[in-house]
Amino acid sequence: MNTPLLQLEAVHTHIGAYHILHGVDLQVPRGELTVLLGRNGAGKTTTLRTIMGLWGVSSGCVRFDGEDISARSTPEIAHLGIAYVPENMGVFADLTVRENMLLAARGARSIEEIDGKRLEWVFDLFPALKRFWEHPAGLLSGGQKQMLAVARAIIEPRQLLLIDEPSKGLAPAIIQNMVTAFRELKQTDTTILLVEQNFNFARQLGDRVAVMDGGRIVHVGSMAELAGDEDLQQRLLGLSLAAHQ
Amino acid sequence: MNSPSTPTPFLDALPAVKLDRIPLLLLPVLALLALPLVGSFSTWVTLTFAGLAMGMIIFIIASGLTLVFGLMDVLNFGHGVFITLGAFLAASVLGRLTGWTESGSLLLNLVAVLPAMLAAMVVAGLVGFAFERLIIRPVYGQPLKQIMITMGGMIVGVELIKVIWGAQAIPLPLPTAFRGSLLFGDAAVEKYRLIAVVVGLGVFAVLSWVLSRTKLGLLIRAGVQDREMVESLGYRIGRLFIGVFVAGSALAGLGGVMWGLYQQTITPEMGGQINVLLFIVIIIGGMGSVGGCFIGSLLVGLMANYTGFLAPKVALFSNILLMVIVLMWRPEGLYPVGKR
Amino acid sequence: MIFNRLFSGDLPRSRVLLMVLVAILAGLLLTPFVFPGAKALNVAAKICIFIVLVASFDLLLGYTGIVSFAHTMFFGIGAYGVAIALTRLGPTWTAVAVGVGAAVLLSLVLSMVIGLFSLRVKAMFYAMITLAVATAFQTLASQLSEFTGGEDGLTFKVPELLSPAFSLSEQPFLGVSLDGRLIAFYLLLAITVALFLILLRIVNSPFGRVLQAIRENAFRAEALGYQTVVYRTWSNVLSAVFATLAGALLALWLRYNGPDTSLSFEIMIDILLMVVIGGMGTLYGSVIGATLFIIVQNYLQDLMRFASEGVSKVPFLRDLLHPDRWLLWLGILFVLSVYRFPTGIVGKLRSKARGYS
Repeated sequence: MNTPLLQLEAVHTHIGAYHILHGVDLQVPRGELTVLLGRNGAGKTTTLRTIMGLWGVSSGCVRFDGEDISARSTPEIAHLGIAYVPENMGVFADLTVRENMLLAARGARSIEEIDGKRLEWVFDLFPALKRFWEHPAGLLSGGQKQMLAVARAIIEPRQLLLIDEPSKGLAPAIIQNMVTAFRELKQTDTTILLVEQNFNFARQLGDRVAVMDGGRIVHVGSMAELAGDEDLQQRLLGLSLAAHQ
Repeated sequence: MNSPSTPTPFLDALPAVKLDRIPLLLLPVLALLALPLVGSFSTWVTLTFAGLAMGMIIFIIASGLTLVFGLMDVLNFGHGVFITLGAFLAASVLGRLTGWTESGSLLLNLVAVLPAMLAAMVVAGLVGFAFERLIIRPVYGQPLKQIMITMGGMIVGVELIKVIWGAQAIPLPLPTAFRGSLLFGDAAVEKYRLIAVVVGLGVFAVLSWVLSRTKLGLLIRAGVQDREMVESLGYRIGRLFIGVFVAGSALAGLGGVMWGLYQQTITPEMGGQINVLLFIVIIIGGMGSVGGCFIGSLLVGLMANYTGFLAPKVALFSNILLMVIVLMWRPEGLYPVGKR
Repeated sequence: MIFNRLFSGDLPRSRVLLMVLVAILAGLLLTPFVFPGAKALNVAAKICIFIVLVASFDLLLGYTGIVSFAHTMFFGIGAYGVAIALTRLGPTWTAVAVGVGAAVLLSLVLSMVIGLFSLRVKAMFYAMITLAVATAFQTLASQLSEFTGGEDGLTFKVPELLSPAFSLSEQPFLGVSLDGRLIAFYLLLAITVALFLILLRIVNSPFGRVLQAIRENAFRAEALGYQTVVYRTWSNVLSAVFATLAGALLALWLRYNGPDTSLSFEIMIDILLMVVIGGMGTLYGSVIGATLFIIVQNYLQDLMRFASEGVSKVPFLRDLLHPDRWLLWLGILFVLSVYRFPTGIVGKLRSKARGYS
């Protein structure tokens, strides 16, 4: 199949009185990792939230697997196989790591019903989770919370992961752990749309890249192309690149 | 093999799982403080039991209110209607079963009270369903309208109760076997208060079990913290909410039966009068926290009874006093619910 | 134009509304002459008092977007201030001044404290906290029976000019005796009009505009550099002071005050209903709401008695139409208002006048 897994066509989004997305066109091909880059306020997070149905689409169309999902509710969209890791990670602080994972596994009524092999695989990716299994998630460090958030998104097979700035606020060593984990994840042919500001992090993972500015997509191409062209980087990402390196 | 219990030799330094137990200590501290003031041990036992019984009934009523608030930021100013409704339904049911309630046999009495409680819970739950659909749903997310509309729902509800049962106070006598006291040494403890404590503990146990051991409970607790994330994980928070609302209304109905039997007289205004008390309890406990609501209810119950004995004039303000003290110590209540 | 100035540029902006307002004012002015009897005069006086009270509540609810359940507390403070002063100091104007002054001062301090402490929190909490405070105050008032007369309240004499025994002339004018009650009524009406115009001035001042900006978007108002807490607190204080004045008027008119007449939660509910049915965020709504509600409260029962007797054979319907159930119908009207026309009757009339509805 050649149709992209996810397609945004001229999507406009308003938050209250504010017009945030001004006609976003974006294609996320199957089995690849697409990075969405851009300055603060470019509309990256809004794009993810719009796909997830957390903001309503004012006009335009969001297609998942060819089907228009722009009028669907968030739970319905999740059931199609889209998992979302928000910028604040959305970890339930009062619940233990185990309980967080159990909620993410929609099909399981108890932890025993989660596919054991998959759970082991997740533990291999993020060993800290196993260690703090019965601890309230609120006590985890920032990096561990991020791991839990990603782990929740992959505890059951999902077709598309929407991940908002997983590197935000993490120490370089932890970021490197994340890179390893995401590389592992890419082996499973999961399609990923990753919002990032950290170009270094993005460069190590991305197959394709889209750059946003002012609520629009201003550049689409391969990561290799952007990584090799410093002028293009300078032009598209400007100071934000230097600031985040 | 999916049980991750293999111990790891090099545990990271993570603070041990710490349950905040200080609020729990408030109960014995309050009780012990009251002991020398009351003077007589047997009176103290009587008062303590009266306070616990009252607190348990308040807890049954308030638990739904706090959960509904936690889950959807909906504060139902009309919660009191379900209390009144429960009490009046009980009066109707028990009024038809006087043969059993006056028999003096504990078994027959229970057989009469159980259907009364059941009827109160079922009808209050159904009315709660309609209330959520008709009254609350249309103004969801608009706090100002919500306050007004739930208030309006209460006015209409109370008036309808008056249409059905009349505007006067009616008696709700205790079944014969529930009357009188048991003697523990010198201390007299009313039987009905014991029953109230048992029922309250039962409700607390069931609620705690559901909230901590079932997936439904996890969803409710997760929803209280972060609604959006629960939806993003694929669960319909709306359904969860209406479920909790109906359960909360049913519990208020049950609480209404208990409260009515406690007072032995019921009026159409009884629910509205208890509203303030409920708000104080859920503020003290931390809005959205069931555990906090439990402790808050018992504190309010104990405080009311101790001060009622020691200084009746102060008793009228004891709840507000308690709220102010707690809020000065913990501005978000005993167990603040971590919200985004 | 002088009217424009008098009404602070906030004219009714609807011919029907204007006509209704003129009719209400004319009705109030002519009550002693057109509708004989003590009941009609009492109803008219109550309408005046509640217009001030409801308008002051609208300043808070409609203009600032704050739900407070402590409004009757300030109403009660005003009423008790006058009642206690006149009971203790005798029926003199000095006593009235002392009573009103002390009451306004108390309301000022109390509303400022409540505002500063709790207006930072969400609307929901504020509603709860004010409810708790108001309940406590009501209990306090009935407990301090030394001072307040407890549940029985206080009956007292008013300055001679206002008392029924005072007579302006021996000759009745147009068939109405010119006694102190008549003077009291017209004094009350004049004060009502004055207070209403002052409130109108306040909500149409720059201060009032900031309040509305805060109501619409507190976050943005804060970003624009307005300290929302300060503005909200001032709104709270002003609203409390006007409620206190309304309370003082009530006590002067009734020559009595007790917890049920000025402090009860029922009155709080009534005010809420009046504001919403009349129209939030427009002071004319208070006039319409208060007038309609009080007329209904006093005369709908007669109508319902009539209707109820008509269907006395139909059990449930008969009870629904029972005269004591008038609040049921107003409650339903209230709920529908909040959903269907949140701007109330005035909003409806104005949007009709603008050519759409």
